[in-house]
Amino acid sequence: MTTTTEDITATLLLNPTTCDGRGLCHHAAPDLIELDEWGYPLLPGGGLRADLTKSQLKAAEDATHACPVLALHIERRK
Amino acid sequence: MGRLGIETRSSLSMHLAQYGPLPLVPERHGKEPGRLVTELEKSGLRGRGGGWFPTFRKFSAVVDSSVSRGRLSRTRHPVVIANGMEGEPASAKDAVLMASSAHLIFDGITAAAATIGATDAFLALHRDSRLVPILTKALDERQAAGIDPLQISLVTPPARYVASEESALSHWVGEGIATPVYPDRPFQKGAAGRPTLVQNVETLSHIALIARMGGDWYREVGVPSAPGTTLVTVGGAVQEEGVVEVPTGTPVSEILAMCGGTTEPIRGYLTGGYGGGWVAADGFDSTAWDPDAMRAAGAVIGASVLWLIGESECPLEEIARVTAWMAGESAGQCGPCIYGLPSISDDVHHLAMRHMSEAEMKHLGQRLKLVQNRGGCKHPDGTARFVSTGLTAFADEVALHLDRRCSVSGRRPVSRPGTEGSLPVPAPRLALVDVSGRDFE
Repeated sequence: MTTTTEDITATLLLNPTTCDGRGLCHHAAPDLIELDEWGYPLLPGGGLRADLTKSQLKAAEDATHACPVLALHIERRK
Repeated sequence: MGRLGIETRSSLSMHLAQYGPLPLVPERHGKEPGRLVTELEKSGLRGRGGGWFPTFRKFSAVVDSSVSRGRLSRTRHPVVIANGMEGEPASAKDAVLMASSAHLIFDGITAAAATIGATDAFLALHRDSRLVPILTKALDERQAAGIDPLQISLVTPPARYVASEESALSHWVGEGIATPVYPDRPFQKGAAGRPTLVQNVETLSHIALIARMGGDWYREVGVPSAPGTTLVTVGGAVQEEGVVEVPTGTPVSEILAMCGGTTEPIRGYLTGGYGGGWVAADGFDSTAWDPDAMRAAGAVIGASVLWLIGESECPLEEIARVTAWMAGESAGQCGPCIYGLPSISDDVHHLAMRHMSEAEMKHLGQRLKLVQNRGGCKHPDGTARFVSTGLTAFADEVALHLDRRCSVSGRRPVSRPGTEGSLPVPAPRLALVDVSGRDFE
């Protein structure tokens, strides 16, 4: 399946200076967020921003709510 | 003879005799930046701190950010910070420029401040820098002559690599904390939340020339994509280490000839500084010294450092020493930097010491990718590039080391990384938060 720009509903943002590497985002959304060898989250694509399709949005919300230090943030497309 | 006058140390009277007084720079008027911004656009000037970002865009971004706040906002007045930190240990061009042509830099600060409507102006240089008394004296001369409508103040953040990053600099001026800021950029929320223009001191001295002579004059030398002259710090295996001023686009071979040529056959070059990259020697000296030609050749012009490594040295030992230092220079804010850089440093150390297995080598390759695009600043990215370009440029040496050999080992024992070598590695590590050392509230 190919992803078109219309499928993108939001962007998941990670602030690396806030992130403590507690790993709760991964436990809340294991299919969306992996942990690196030091226990820090890896978003899809590997950077600090990840575009989300509609089907990924729920997992991203779970991860965002699970973060105890508010390092994750979802920016919705208008 | 260059434009920036780095050959002699100029007093104010010498400066005025050489360049004449700074003409009246039209001030920002409400939403409109001063007219100098048009000349800056015409000149094609790009920032000399390492990013080579179009200077006029930075000016416009600061003014737009200021205008967007409205007339009652307490943070609407912009701040100018001249970056004289020169965080790159292999670079000396800003120090040479500040020692010789301080008044050109201060002219640039005054011109920039008027153009964006700044109400505070600072020059930042490393704590304990020997330039502090020289620049203090130059500022006193200007104050006595009454030539700067806005007072310029010296600030001296801690001498740490990441402290010279522009968001760290505005963080320090605003709050006394010299750590990089994420995600706001200085033009959005800089010193004390105000729109902040951070410009390298060399860029400011070019601005002072453009304010006098105009953008068309500025473009008369150098390449169209990055016009003007540029300072270059040349070090390592050359007869005469030092700083030269050349038009952009000058071939590397000409720059080396200005430094008396090389001292031995060359294996490779470090370009741009420790946040830059390595290239193998083959044919590189015909490359033009400008940002685009450098990128096309797989190099980085960055802070305009050209460091030569000769056949008598093991490049992997040099890389290991510097990588250990870079790992220690992390601000300690982001996990991939806090844990990733020491892991990479350990791997490179093993490689330099010839204790590296193929599996570990593969792991190093993964780690170099893993730390990129994941930091609040580009320190991990720069360190990863420093290492990965080195592994590529010196692939022959890597293969020898994986085979427990070294091209130089017959001539001298393997040094312990961190103890000796040719690339400079500053010794002390200072705290990034040090409110007691602040000069201003």
